[in-house]
Amino acid sequence: MKSAPPPPVLRRPSLDGLAIRVENLGKQYRIGLAPEKYRTLRDSIVNVVTWPIQRIRRGLAPSGEDYLDTIWALRDISFNVEQGQIVGVIGRNGAGKSTLLKVLSRVTEPTKGEVEIRGRVGSLLEVGTGFHPELTGRENIYLNGAILGMKRTEIDGKFDEIVDFSGVEKFIDTPVKRYSSGMYLRLAFAVAAHLEPEILVVDEVLAVGDAEFQRKCLGKMSDVAQEGRTVLFVSHDMSSILRLTEEAIVLDKGQIVYRAPTVEAVDYYMISGFSEAGERIWDADDVPEAAAPFRPKALRVLNASGNNVDVVRSTEAITLEVEYSLSEPIQGLRVGLYLMSARGEYVMTTFDTDEPDQYDKFGVRPAGHFISSCTIPADLLNEGRYTVGMNASAYRVKRYFMDERALTFTVDGMGAPGKQWAETRMGLVRPRLVWRIESVA
Amino acid sequence: MWSAIARRSLLKALCLIDYKMAETSLSTKAAPETILLRPTRGWSALNLGDLWRYRELIFFLTWRDIKVRYKQTVLGAAWAIIRPVMTMLVYSLIFGQLANLDSEGVPYTIFTYVALLPWQLFSKAMNDTGRSMVSNRNMITKVYFPRLVIPISTVLSGLVDFLIAFIILIGMMIYYDISLTSAIWTLPLFLILTLVSALGVGLWFSSMNVLYRDVGYMLPFLIEMWKYLTPVAYSAQYVTGTWKIIYSLNPMAGVVQGFRWALLGIELDATATMTMSISIGVSILVLISGLFYFRRMERTFADMV
Repeated sequence: MKSAPPPPVLRRPSLDGLAIRVENLGKQYRIGLAPEKYRTLRDSIVNVVTWPIQRIRRGLAPSGEDYLDTIWALRDISFNVEQGQIVGVIGRNGAGKSTLLKVLSRVTEPTKGEVEIRGRVGSLLEVGTGFHPELTGRENIYLNGAILGMKRTEIDGKFDEIVDFSGVEKFIDTPVKRYSSGMYLRLAFAVAAHLEPEILVVDEVLAVGDAEFQRKCLGKMSDVAQEGRTVLFVSHDMSSILRLTEEAIVLDKGQIVYRAPTVEAVDYYMISGFSEAGERIWDADDVPEAAAPFRPKALRVLNASGNNVDVVRSTEAITLEVEYSLSEPIQGLRVGLYLMSARGEYVMTTFDTDEPDQYDKFGVRPAGHFISSCTIPADLLNEGRYTVGMNASAYRVKRYFMDERALTFTVDGMGAPGKQWAETRMGLVRPRLVWRIESVA
Repeated sequence: MWSAIARRSLLKALCLIDYKMAETSLSTKAAPETILLRPTRGWSALNLGDLWRYRELIFFLTWRDIKVRYKQTVLGAAWAIIRPVMTMLVYSLIFGQLANLDSEGVPYTIFTYVALLPWQLFSKAMNDTGRSMVSNRNMITKVYFPRLVIPISTVLSGLVDFLIAFIILIGMMIYYDISLTSAIWTLPLFLILTLVSALGVGLWFSSMNVLYRDVGYMLPFLIEMWKYLTPVAYSAQYVTGTWKIIYSLNPMAGVVQGFRWALLGIELDATATMTMSISIGVSILVLISGLFYFRRMERTFADMV
């Protein structure tokens, strides 16, 4: 029983231009004590009795720390973030992104290593923390502000701004349980966004809310960064990572596997197959028997360099490919793709035998293994999320296979025409057109 | 050894307060402070400086609890009166009339009501505090703030009910024509003793409840038992001899006798100084040990709750 130093030890500033310094950070969870499970007193009493035996076993185990039901959610993480930098954190589910943010925002303590942080950390881990449904919007602003560490005078000063940002002026004295989920969210984000911490930690808050509000949030975040404050941003949405951050860290299985300027890091992340989407694979069980002799295998989205990706830039060509096999020859088979916008509008329908000479050549498609692919030219699609559907049929004879929502992918608008204005463009396409401006006398 | 640790930690905590206050008053925005996070083991300092900085949060959470408590009820704050008054009526009928217990020269109704006020404050605070960490889990797992804020504000929010029920007591005192004695000035002390005891016990249970949900099942039953060990329905005079010392290990025994003395002028017996000191000592001990236990367990709350 030794007395250890208190968790947050105050030090004279020693970080020298750094906002965050992380060294050999490790966080271990005991699986048996995962959030949903808790010990009962009986277990504990049993533990007391069996503890000496476990202790001996632990001594004999090859590696003391990995003994029993523990997992390292974070392992040997070391990195620095300079003041005023915006750093993205990307990785698959369970890669440790949220755990990292929880450690940095002091919600949970590290198991190993140390973290030095300069300034107040504001976390948007989940907006609306502590909101009480029975309290009014006004009351919740004060309560939530206090939970996030704001002083009452500070909230007083920003109250109007917060209400303005949230756009719920009319309902500010209504209990928030009567709010729509959108209003609730806007108010919650507004409070958190006005915290003005030196370091802002954001986790997936933009996944919700409508497009208009998302744009507002992104704007607010870049304001924060322009004021010289530091932002750590976690998201699954590569396009907002690309838009907002200068540099990104790729996490996998609790370790940093890559750190580079965002464009490179995102490429790395997608090329190394960390991204889950961008490909749809059909197992034998997924395919109805009626589809035979047609057997779909996979549908993929490829970027200009031929990598299977979930996010493609609108300024590069997008290739969609269907892999399938035929156990018997099929007469008049056509394999086609549908493209739909996130709102469900059809963008196009296309078949692999649309061209007359292709049609003639594949009048009867022999048995075997095939890949049909097509390329959507660069500078065509507007930014947003698209759904790809697949269809294999013989015209007016039989539809072999159909999956209207086989796969989705995101088109990122970076570098697209008109990107000097951060507005959302209406329309499904965003072609690069030649405009002439002539002065007429 | 224990006292040495406690003293060292307390000193450290006090040093931190001074240091932090100097820090905040000297530098506003120019030099944000640096925080070092690293794994801790064993006992840690109370870090009261951090708690002080979040004092407004204590206020807001207390205010939230009060504000929300009687929302969507028909009778609203009247519940704060109904509960002690109904209990008083039942006790008066059973213990006063049927069992005819001695009430030391004052009407039994007011004799028991004076005891019910601190008792209900204590039992509610203990019960709510014991569950507070679990019921506020969404905050604990999302945002950092000194966790002590939660039990403290939970205990404080019970005070409003106490004050409302106290108005009835004043009415009853006028009705029964009970004149105040100079002992009335000690009433705030006994009130503080009630809060200190409730917080101390609540701290223990709230941190244990994070690990062992058995606590949730144990609390109502424990409170029931505790009530019989506290002279709420009967006079403490029934307890005599060496039992008196064991009896006074219950801080609430001291509180209830103190309330009766301060408000009704019921004389304390010769051993009062000793028994009262024991009660006070026990409650302070429970509070301090509870604080340290809570701080020790605090670091696992977010992972376990």
